[in-house]
Amino acid sequence: MDLLLVNLIDGLVTGLLLFMLSAGLTLIFSMMGVLNFAHASFYMLGAYFGYQISLYMGFWMALVCAPVIVGFLGAVVERYGLRRVHQHGHVAELIFTFGLALLIEEAVQFFWGKSQVPFMPPQALDFALFSIAGNAVPAYKVFMIFVAIAIFAGLLFVLTKTRIGMIIQAALSFPRTVEALGHNVPLIFMCVFGVGTALAAVAGVIAGPVLGTFPGMAFALGSIVFVTIVVGGLGSLSGALYASLLIGWITTFAASYDVGLADILNAIGVDQPLDMRNSPWRDFWSITLSQVGPILPYLLMVLTLIFRPHGLFRKGGL
Amino acid sequence: MTDTTPQMTDTGPMGLRLKSAMPWLCAALLLLILPQIFSANATITLMNQMAITIIFALAYNMLLGQGGMLSFGHAVFMGLGGVFAVHVMSYVEAFGAPLPLPLLPLFGGFAGLLLACVIGSFSTRQAGTVFAMISLGVGELIAACSLIFVTFFGGETGVSADRTYGLPVFGVEFLRQSEVYYLIAAWLLLSVFLMYLYTRTPMGRMANAVRDNPERAEFLGYSARWVRFYSFIFSGFFAGIAGGLFALNYEIMTSESMSLVQSGKILLITFLGGMGYFVGPIIGAIVFTLLTTVLGRYTELSALYVGTVFVLTVMYCPRGLAGLLMMHEPAYRLGKLRRLVAPYLKVLIPVLVATLGCAALFEMLFHVRHAPPGDHEMRLYWVTFDSHSPIAWGIVIGVTLLAIMTTRALIPHIKDAWHDANTIDKGAS
Amino acid sequence: MNKTMKGLCGAVAGALLTTSASYADTIKIAFIDPLSGPFAATGENAYHLFQYAVDAVVNDQGGVLDGDTFELIGLDNKISATETLIHLQTAIDDGVRYIVQGQSSGVAAALIDAISKHNRRNPDQQVLFLNYAAIDPALTNEACSFWHFSFDANSDLKMDALTDVIAQSPELTSGYLINQDYSFGRAVAASATAMLADKRPDITIAGDEVHPIGQVKDFTPYARKIVSSGADFVITGAWGADMYGLGTALISNGFTGPIYTYYAAASGITAGFGEAGKGSLFIVAEGQTNPPVSEEAAQYVSDFKTAFPGENFTLARTSNVMRMLAAAINEAGTATDVVAVANALEGLEIENPFGGTLYMRPDNHQLIQDVHVMAHTDEDIVNALDGSPFGLRVSDTVAAAGRDAASSCEMDRP
Repeated sequence: MDLLLVNLIDGLVTGLLLFMLSAGLTLIFSMMGVLNFAHASFYMLGAYFGYQISLYMGFWMALVCAPVIVGFLGAVVERYGLRRVHQHGHVAELIFTFGLALLIEEAVQFFWGKSQVPFMPPQALDFALFSIAGNAVPAYKVFMIFVAIAIFAGLLFVLTKTRIGMIIQAALSFPRTVEALGHNVPLIFMCVFGVGTALAAVAGVIAGPVLGTFPGMAFALGSIVFVTIVVGGLGSLSGALYASLLIGWITTFAASYDVGLADILNAIGVDQPLDMRNSPWRDFWSITLSQVGPILPYLLMVLTLIFRPHGLFRKGGL
Repeated sequence: MTDTTPQMTDTGPMGLRLKSAMPWLCAALLLLILPQIFSANATITLMNQMAITIIFALAYNMLLGQGGMLSFGHAVFMGLGGVFAVHVMSYVEAFGAPLPLPLLPLFGGFAGLLLACVIGSFSTRQAGTVFAMISLGVGELIAACSLIFVTFFGGETGVSADRTYGLPVFGVEFLRQSEVYYLIAAWLLLSVFLMYLYTRTPMGRMANAVRDNPERAEFLGYSARWVRFYSFIFSGFFAGIAGGLFALNYEIMTSESMSLVQSGKILLITFLGGMGYFVGPIIGAIVFTLLTTVLGRYTELSALYVGTVFVLTVMYCPRGLAGLLMMHEPAYRLGKLRRLVAPYLKVLIPVLVATLGCAALFEMLFHVRHAPPGDHEMRLYWVTFDSHSPIAWGIVIGVTLLAIMTTRALIPHIKDAWHDANTIDKGAS
Repeated sequence: MNKTMKGLCGAVAGALLTTSASYADTIKIAFIDPLSGPFAATGENAYHLFQYAVDAVVNDQGGVLDGDTFELIGLDNKISATETLIHLQTAIDDGVRYIVQGQSSGVAAALIDAISKHNRRNPDQQVLFLNYAAIDPALTNEACSFWHFSFDANSDLKMDALTDVIAQSPELTSGYLINQDYSFGRAVAASATAMLADKRPDITIAGDEVHPIGQVKDFTPYARKIVSSGADFVITGAWGADMYGLGTALISNGFTGPIYTYYAAASGITAGFGEAGKGSLFIVAEGQTNPPVSEEAAQYVSDFKTAFPGENFTLARTSNVMRMLAAAINEAGTATDVVAVANALEGLEIENPFGGTLYMRPDNHQLIQDVHVMAHTDEDIVNALDGSPFGLRVSDTVAAAGRDAASSCEMDRP
């Protein structure tokens, strides 16, 4: 029971981290209709810039500066790259972001080398805040939860309660009308792209110290972010939140509980053959939940797409 | 004009047949003499790799270019085809089944076809993002399975077999790399021919129609879904053939061949070559294989360069290298292609210098950042110099800037020449 | 770096389009390992260690035979089996008769397979495979080959040494095994279970599980499970980002017992753990450098660090590979007849400047050497890693580990 509570907290942290990434991605998708493959690369850039800045000015300045720099870079990419490719259609856009992801990974290796860089959590948060039955909950994790919630609240507020938010929402659905009203729609798009990548960078600065800062970190997270926004329903902010939490908890609980396929099969009355050594089915019998945990989200996505192509948490059509 | 027309119709079918057969004959001849020119084993291995990539890229383009379906997990079909072919090979080895080796890729093809039937049954119901995301998810799932189901896929060690234990075919035992080359070349020619024929069939045409406007295609009485499904399984079949040839060539299949990285690579290759043209993927496969192998041997930054080339291609010539070539068709028709040669040569030099200059800057920066402290000596373009000296930096930056400025200055000339070559001369009729 | 470029350019300029005969005065050795991509850091470090070893151990000592020198050619396989096989072909065309590889047992297995086939089909171009780091025990057991020599202690031998040490610590009563889901990880788990049951039947295995390689983003749930299982030590064969992720998750979530690992050092991992790993992280490995065994070894390490500033010195065995190859070539009196060299390598026994003796077991081609358990610490460190004050200090040594361990190798000899 105690472990259940701890797992809930851990899953929440993982889920909220995913949300910080998927929020930007889903905003960008609803804006341009393109899946930004380079999104996780901006997350990685955030971590690396955060590391570099923290060397000179400390973690807190890094948390502020790195997202600003990355957001600016994102805006530049939109202005001079994506906008140019936009005229060639969605496939070209998607492939452009795909190439960009490769390029960013190479650039990161070019500047910071191929090894892990020692990006540490700030001293002020490097202690166990409380512990549940011997399981320490680091203060840093609680901090992550609060940052993510603040971001969600802030986004929700800006999008629904402010004038800028209204214009953005309108520009997403009726770009021409909004343009006719005298708003600079390309500028709005550029800003949304910049903010989206800056959000990814915030996630990078926060996650870098706990999950490791290395050139493969974008690739490791890249496709799972897609899974999140597809499961949540493309373009839906609240859907992205629910899906992030769902996936966070699924992966956490799958890793925590040792349920094997053999147990399930035995429970429903299928007996395991005694000598498995030469059986072609031996791998099948030895599958455990924690072994397949990290790929469960993909299974979830495929099933979602087959049965509810507009996402699990989306009411009505796209 | 008028009196030559009947004559044309007389010899038309015959002449047409010869004309359309010419490229195939040339290709066959080229494939035949290539190993005579490049006889080193390593080069032959490289050519084998290229041929396999060509088949795979063409199969992929059946989806992307012709069917408008973007797949992020196509490597699983090639991988599964290869693994199945390896198992067949082992079976032949163990039980002496009377299966001649040249037929082995067919088994890979059927494995790919079968998997495509299963996956296509649900993934082709919709096109666009849904299809792309299902392909990503399925690709990840199968790639993960390849590590979990070790008995079939062999895990990260992979499965291997020996091609030479099969029956000799006309005395050929496939001991040497060149014998394998001819086998692969034959399969290459056959597969390319079949895939080309496919684009000419009503089925292939319908795939294009469904890509461009599924609703209209439905109104014509075709089910967009079934058209996509058939494209998908044919593509899976040829990807499986490529996998079977891969198994033949390397005699090993590892889980790496099914990974997302491979799927991404084939997307890059197809796009680089030009997905709108049948020859696009062929050009892409050849250029990409050469680019990665040759660059990979001379510099540590090859992936950076390949990535840059790719992003520039998407930005500036989204129709790929084939598109770049086809741009010259109007000029060729006008018989004025020759007028472009001189201006091209003129601009080629500064462009080349600028490219090499930029690459040199990257290499020097990389050396300064990553060479051990104290090691200032670096060698580039057959020159040894001090990577920290401002003189070297000055020279390289100066030359590069000069080359870029020259290129910019030459752009109006190129534009004029282009315009000139693509307009009908006033005097002629 | 400069040497890398030179080596690459020189080797490949000819190799790409033409075959060239091997020169009488240089013995070419191809180093096929990742020099780019995510595993490049370890590959590159090993490449530099070999470059240094070739010069320091062989060429500067007058070479082998009548002054023949070794030439090391670096080829980047991006840790892919396919690329490796292409490079193998290139290298053989270029007159290479000795292949050095180590990163990834999967690639090593592919190489053994390919080299066996090649040597059978081309008796005039046979090559030997000197494996310096791939330690899947299968490579010297059921998958063994006459053409393959393993210079690192395989994972069973390391586990043997590790469990010896655990057996002598009465306070350890419950262990947790967590490994990557592939042949090597499973081999580590299997041998740990068997050897612990044999040496300390009172130790309970609180958990034995595998996780997908490189797929786990956050190891916290695993760490929770381990902490709540009540285990007081952990054994893992994980490497790279997985090792770092698992280790930091364990330490930050309150695990205080020893974490016995195979690969928790260098490539940024030592610097990454820093103070937090002190007292927790232990590594089982060969090659003692802290404290130095001999003046000669200490000199070798410091000379390497002068030649390649900023690089880690971790793989002492790189020098042993070259030392033993040179000795075998001298004994065989030829470098081109690799069967003779292989026969000379079998049973070869020489002094190891890093402690103990080196003995190549003839029956399975496994090098027998001293295996150490080392602690991650910053006290008494001469050879520090990652530019941090931390390094690995030997805490326990098992001399000639596994000299008479059983082997299931049945070798086909030419």
